[in-house]
Amino acid sequence: MVFPGTNCEHDVAYALERQGARPELVWHTSEDLSGFDGVVLPGGFAHGDYLRTGAIARFSPIMSEVARVASTGGPVLGICNGFQILCEARLLSGALMANRDTSFICRPVHVRVESTNSVVTAGTRPGQVIEIPLNSYEGRYVAPGDEDQVVLRYCGPDGELDDRFNPNGSTDSIAGMANGPGNVAGLMPHPERAIEDVLGSVDGALLIGSFVASLQPA
Amino acid sequence: MKVRVHVQRRPGIADPEGSTTAQALRSLGFEDVGSVSIGREIEVEVTTDDAGEARKQVEDMCRQLLTNPVLEDFEIEVLA
Repeated sequence: MVFPGTNCEHDVAYALERQGARPELVWHTSEDLSGFDGVVLPGGFAHGDYLRTGAIARFSPIMSEVARVASTGGPVLGICNGFQILCEARLLSGALMANRDTSFICRPVHVRVESTNSVVTAGTRPGQVIEIPLNSYEGRYVAPGDEDQVVLRYCGPDGELDDRFNPNGSTDSIAGMANGPGNVAGLMPHPERAIEDVLGSVDGALLIGSFVASLQPA
Repeated sequence: MKVRVHVQRRPGIADPEGSTTAQALRSLGFEDVGSVSIGREIEVEVTTDDAGEARKQVEDMCRQLLTNPVLEDFEIEVLA
């Protein structure tokens, strides 16, 4: 999906392609996703993040199609701003707000796999530690109390859970969520930016690869 | 008529902008500053002349778009 202000779509398309998918960029005014096996909402600043991050993007024409794909069990993944949009669209529970320290965070972080029952973690092991970059100001996940599935938590290099390793003050160090069935998932850090040695980590390929493996012909 | 919506963070949700501002005020010498909470104000103009109807419409807008119930509470004031 490409909204006005989305800026990670080419990186995501490249990462998907390397994992064997055939991505196409779809503009937000499109009203038809038939023929697609899955949907990724990449990062950026959709609609300028006016009002709240993701709040306006939720009303883009394409979002009713995204909801349809989600409700029929199709794989839907939101990364960073895409995660914020999925939360605003109530396809995932919770919300994201300004980081605890009111600073923009742009650095690699470690996350630990909490559940493998999601399109983004199906190819990982429970407890596996993955290093991928975080790049956000409004990355603090706030849980509503009845959240669905936590799939990733911020952690130390050996998987330690501690407030020291919670970069943005997210509730319970939550970095990624999924709905109950696991076909809709979202995460704040960027797996598509850690897919080749030259980028410093290849761990993101595990997550993107999980998503590609979840795609079934429509 | 004009309707003003005052949006405030829900109790218990940390407000880093507010606490940073409180610290800055204290270091300026305002020693009595306890906490600072930063909200938002939205003014919506609606065509109806009925205050109750205006309030109802804006309440709906708050629920559907203007505020996020996970993070924020709102108060509505019909101006005139």
